[in-house]
Amino acid sequence: MAHAHDDHAHGGHGHDDHAHGPDKGIMRWIKTTNHKDLGTLYLFFAFIMFFIGGLMSLVIRAELFHPGLQFVDPEFFNQMTTLHALVMIFGGLMPAFTGLANWMVPMMIGCSDLALPRVNNWGFWLLPFAFTMLLSTMFMPGGGPAGGWTLYPPLSLQTANAFPFLIFSIHLMGISSITGAINVVVTILNMRTPGMTLLKMPLFAWTWLITGYLLIAVMPVLAGAVTMLLTDKYFGTSFFSAAGGGDPVLFQHVFWFFGHPEVYILILPAFGIVSTIIPTFARKQLFGYDSMVYATAGIAFLSFIVWAHHMFTVGMPLAGELFFMFATMLIAVPTGVKVFNWVATMWRGSMTFETPMLFAVGFVFLFTIGGFSGVMLAMTPVDFQYHDTYFVVAHFHYVLVPGAVFSVIAAIYYWIPKWTGRMYNEFWGKTHFWLSTIFINLTFFPQHFAGLAGMQRRVPDYALQFTDFNVISSIGAFGFFVSQFIFIFNVLASCYGWFGRQRNAPDRVWEGARGLEWTVPSPAPYHTFEDPPELPAHEVTGVHDH
Amino acid sequence: MGTQAAQKSERYFVPQPSAWPFVLTASLIALLGGVSAYLEEDHIGPIPIYAGLAVAIYIIFRWFRGVALESEGGMYSAQVGRTYRWGMSWFIFSEVMFFGAFFGALFYARELSLPWLGGEGSKIATNLTLWPGFEAHWPSNGPAQLGGAFKTIPAFSVPAINTAILLTSGVTITMAHHALKASKRGACILWMWATVALGCAFLYLQAHEYIEAYTELNLTLRSGIYGSTFFMLTGFHGMHVTLGTIMLISITLRLMSGHFKPDSHFGFEGVAWYWHFVDVVWLGLFVVVYWL
Repeated sequence: MAHAHDDHAHGGHGHDDHAHGPDKGIMRWIKTTNHKDLGTLYLFFAFIMFFIGGLMSLVIRAELFHPGLQFVDPEFFNQMTTLHALVMIFGGLMPAFTGLANWMVPMMIGCSDLALPRVNNWGFWLLPFAFTMLLSTMFMPGGGPAGGWTLYPPLSLQTANAFPFLIFSIHLMGISSITGAINVVVTILNMRTPGMTLLKMPLFAWTWLITGYLLIAVMPVLAGAVTMLLTDKYFGTSFFSAAGGGDPVLFQHVFWFFGHPEVYILILPAFGIVSTIIPTFARKQLFGYDSMVYATAGIAFLSFIVWAHHMFTVGMPLAGELFFMFATMLIAVPTGVKVFNWVATMWRGSMTFETPMLFAVGFVFLFTIGGFSGVMLAMTPVDFQYHDTYFVVAHFHYVLVPGAVFSVIAAIYYWIPKWTGRMYNEFWGKTHFWLSTIFINLTFFPQHFAGLAGMQRRVPDYALQFTDFNVISSIGAFGFFVSQFIFIFNVLASCYGWFGRQRNAPDRVWEGARGLEWTVPSPAPYHTFEDPPELPAHEVTGVHDH
Repeated sequence: MGTQAAQKSERYFVPQPSAWPFVLTASLIALLGGVSAYLEEDHIGPIPIYAGLAVAIYIIFRWFRGVALESEGGMYSAQVGRTYRWGMSWFIFSEVMFFGAFFGALFYARELSLPWLGGEGSKIATNLTLWPGFEAHWPSNGPAQLGGAFKTIPAFSVPAINTAILLTSGVTITMAHHALKASKRGACILWMWATVALGCAFLYLQAHEYIEAYTELNLTLRSGIYGSTFFMLTGFHGMHVTLGTIMLISITLRLMSGHFKPDSHFGFEGVAWYWHFVDVVWLGLFVVVYWL
């Protein structure tokens, strides 16, 4: 990705108004306002964070390989579970999706750049600083945050010197997310090429529009929640203290009012990616485009009224438990619409299974497993058994790893020839898929059983009867981690032209693909659509087959 | 620059590479790192805080100034104008949600946590075992009476005056907008200074009210959940009024130096929207924090 588009900076357009070439060296990346540069930065940053978060998960899995305590003390183990989640969610997945939006949304809807390019730069650069701040807490007296990524008080208030750094780093990540989201939303609402009505937009743009809306709505709520934590700890407020008339459970409500829409923030762009890739390789139009859009909007709406299903065991009134149970189960309906549409798109298609398609089909299968366990968890009485066990861990990792992460991988394989002009290696791509799929199931499937049998999450030790499940899970985790090096080399080889990779990808990399991004050269010019392009009918992905 | 002016309003304005955002981020890190160290008494001194704050303010000033000059230089098409309108709308929406978290906390405390601590319904055991004798009431500093007995500020005293001030300021800024659209720059500037004066009057009265709360009413941030919600809600609102007043002053100065046209003045409108937002939040505060 990195230098791929330099020499195309002036290609194809012949305008040399203000100097369009990027700066040289490091200043290019510090000062850039270009959506492709920033998309690249976001994706590399996400890569690094996935790596760091992955190392943390390996510490966890190494410790859990055997019962008893062997490698780390419990305090450090708890820091690992806490930071693993924060790093993967805020440093890995969200920046990865923002990076994909940076790269693809302007090219899909036919505009010159994101609407607010300097703000875009700010949104990116907040992240490395914020995560330096967050990760530095591990080296402070008393260690990093260890109360779980959900930061429940009063436990999280016992964090030592790290506490204000943790809170402020979350504030900065929130600013980053909000600016990025406003940017994408405004771009989609204001900068579509003439003729591209909302219901002709590619689904990736649609899902990001709704994701952006969710981000703008809930990241400020998280900021409010952690601000209350900060003032409770240092300024004597009583939001979460019963002695002063507050309630620790209040934090859980405010946090999960953010946290549940956040779950959909992490999966809606994935839906958009899969809805883009499957029609390409099934060589059919997406089945039920309109219903996909409405289902996405429906999921977004429901995401605001289900938050307390994370809190069934906290002692809510019965009416609350029932309301949140039924509202949660409703989400299965629009999600089911989506899964049905993906399957119906594949039905009787001329299917081929290039690497992006493999990951997309893998997504449909494995995400759906996570969806089913989610319906189980939605049932209040049953959740009393599942709550805070490895069943929950298995559930959300199924939707996040072979769900969201697979979609990111699929998207990178799918679009990297467009970004760099060089194909990835198909053999190693497929190998990467099969190893990832096998190992990720080895990692997380046994955790369902361990959880159902009562193994608690966030504990560095466990009872002997869970040993076999944990041994399998740890082997899977290490295997998955190692498998990702195939991906890294495959991607870097396309970026830098290693192993004799030639810049010979055609404009329309996949012959079944539609959309404006396939009408421009590969690699795409540094400034792609300075003038709004024509929208030919056959490039419209939002097709209504009546 | 000639070519830029010639092709203005045709193409979407894509700015040059800029180091402002990076420097802004670095200064924010210095500021927040310094504040964190201060909170944890790490004794790294106040220099990062002041230096970070100074650089951040400088960059924000430079950035907004740059945008204003780009706008006055005719580099923005109508489409760029729509971008700023959408962007400001979504930003204000995010601010509404931020206040929503604190309004939600107030609602939860009054309607749920205090009644439960008082033993309402199935929570009788909580009351009997943890806080026997506590009866839910509002205002409350909780069963442990944190911060000691306190008095509250009556709604129909200074807060009512402040409500009138902010509502009037909403009128004056609208008058200024109409004057600007009618090309009456002098009147517009006068109405703007009137708005600024009202904003400052609000802030003065609010500061006065805080001093009274701390010195005479024993109402502090530590006065249990009442003090927490009262000062966090009115405090964040006051910060927004302060910011809004600074924004009002800066666009008034821009008006005085000839910026904005009757048909093109997004900077003005953005500030006006923000001011109305601050106004509406105050109405919510007046009703649920002071009055009810």
